[in-house]
Amino acid sequence: MDQATLTRSLLYLDGINVTFDGYKALRGLSLTLEPGEMRAIIGPNGAGKTTMMDVITGKTRPDEGDVYFGGSQDLTQLDEATIAELGIGRKFQKPTVFESHTVEDNILLALKAPRKAIATLFGRAAADQQSRIDRILETVRLSDHRDRFAADLSHGQKQWLEIGMLLAQDPKLLLVDEPVAGMTDSETAQTALLLKAIAEDHSVIVVEHDMDFVRELGVKVTVLHEGSVLAEGPLEAVSADPRVVEVYLGR
Amino acid sequence: MSQLLTRVDRRAHIAILLLIAIAVLVPVLALATPPRSLFHLPPYLVALFGKYLCFALLAVALDLVWGYCGILSLGHGAFFALGGYCMGMYLMRQIGTRGVYADPILPDFMVFLNMKALPVTWWGFNHFPYALLMIVLVPGVLAFAFGWFAFRSRVTGVYLSIITQAMTYALLLAFFRNDMGFGGNNGLTDFKDILGFNVQSDATRAALFAITAIVLAATLLIAQLIVTSKFGKVLIAIRDAESRTRFIGYRVENYKLAVFTLSAVLAGIAGALYVPQVGIINPSEFAPTNSIEAVIWVAIGGRGTLVGGALGAVLVNWGKTYFTGALPEYWLFALGLLFILVTLFLPQGIVGLVSRRRTIPEAPRGGDVEEGKVDSADVPAAAR
Repeated sequence: MDQATLTRSLLYLDGINVTFDGYKALRGLSLTLEPGEMRAIIGPNGAGKTTMMDVITGKTRPDEGDVYFGGSQDLTQLDEATIAELGIGRKFQKPTVFESHTVEDNILLALKAPRKAIATLFGRAAADQQSRIDRILETVRLSDHRDRFAADLSHGQKQWLEIGMLLAQDPKLLLVDEPVAGMTDSETAQTALLLKAIAEDHSVIVVEHDMDFVRELGVKVTVLHEGSVLAEGPLEAVSADPRVVEVYLGR
Repeated sequence: MSQLLTRVDRRAHIAILLLIAIAVLVPVLALATPPRSLFHLPPYLVALFGKYLCFALLAVALDLVWGYCGILSLGHGAFFALGGYCMGMYLMRQIGTRGVYADPILPDFMVFLNMKALPVTWWGFNHFPYALLMIVLVPGVLAFAFGWFAFRSRVTGVYLSIITQAMTYALLLAFFRNDMGFGGNNGLTDFKDILGFNVQSDATRAALFAITAIVLAATLLIAQLIVTSKFGKVLIAIRDAESRTRFIGYRVENYKLAVFTLSAVLAGIAGALYVPQVGIINPSEFAPTNSIEAVIWVAIGGRGTLVGGALGAVLVNWGKTYFTGALPEYWLFALGLLFILVTLFLPQGIVGLVSRRRTIPEAPRGGDVEEGKVDSADVPAAAR
């Protein structure tokens, strides 16, 4: 890929290789994401979806390849905390919230603010802190649950809380891993609306198995298979691709 | 100020007021009442409970790292002992010519070991402010160095517990050696006075007790303010979901390092208060079992409650004093049984029994009505 693509894209992955104990999790994965774009990533288990997220967020260092954010930041050289501060938020597959904190405190901790120990110990809260928390709770429909412990929320509510925590970081890019796994149909529909609303002013990558959900999002789809990109394009085109059908049904 | 005080919960309020009350009452009852009076406190009880309060301070320090940040240190006894040794070295240098060998500079054991000059490690310990500084610095610097490597390498869970245990064991072996210059096997003892007051007099004992109670009250207050600050919320977040905390941009290792170092300093202060009250410090204070017992105090009192750790330390040690007097061979069985029973039936410890508000939630329960159990399907509908 050329220099122009690199500088224009928000996220630029080129020729990523990751090997775990001889197992090639990613082989030559390349992918670019435009600013403001929402992208759905699908692929069978073991296709490398989670490893790709690990590479972007600094959890895994690739053996080979380039990862650039915003055209200039080399993500392979940075750790998780720095990457988070650059503006990449990540939602895990399994809802991961701070169970013994209240819903409100979960958002408070994620809220964009100084992260240093000195600042959290002696610093004062920002004046608009409460209104920002209120706005996010409203977006993720948890205003009525603000004083409950996160541990007491339902599965779907925890997923929303985690999306809310992502929003609170005010990231440029959100990585969302299987947001509707384990959700009821109505929760799934609400989540699709929520993500669409978020995508209006953020770039989003959604990894998802649920095809109805991906269809509802109505965005460009990337199919991963055995650690590299198999097909890319609108869902209709991708699902008509014989190689994609082969990968999903040929096993 | 008043805003800060609202962050101190009722439990801590009661504990702090109680400690201030006994800091005043105990010296009065011990010194100003006639020995035959019903209200008279015998001096041995003052010393005994003074010792318990030192253990309570150690327990609060441990709860700060374990209860709030999830760092299970099995080596906090080492920081306690190091603080104790620093105080012991000051007390040794106060003996002067009153020792058996009457050497004005060298403590008895050094004369006995044919040491000609005072080792560098002992320089300055004749000055009380220097000793105070070392009581803070020695455990603090060790904890900082240890934590720097351990937390940066992301050593967590049981592996971290094991290396803290190894640390205290290594110190135990080192301090046993005579050529370390800290009195070897026998440690430091035969103390005469502290700041010019006879360490064994009833008045000094009562004063040490009062100081310990005040220090414990102040520690509870500060610790309570720390854990209710945003910093404290981050600590709890690390305990609950460490990688989540990292992915929202907190440098987990710095938080762990800060709280671990603070906790070690508090443990060192506890040790320094302990030594003049018991009159001896020797390498057995580094024994791994001491550190493990401290963990049991916190578990029994109530992890993540601060006051619980202090309560657990006093109650368990009271029980230990009684048991080792009445049925010495059964004490360890009793302690083990107590630990198992508390873990099984009182996961929140004694404090959890009293307070209704949960501090550490139980494992999430499944089966909510709204919750749909859908396995993530490998085959997407696109391919149908």
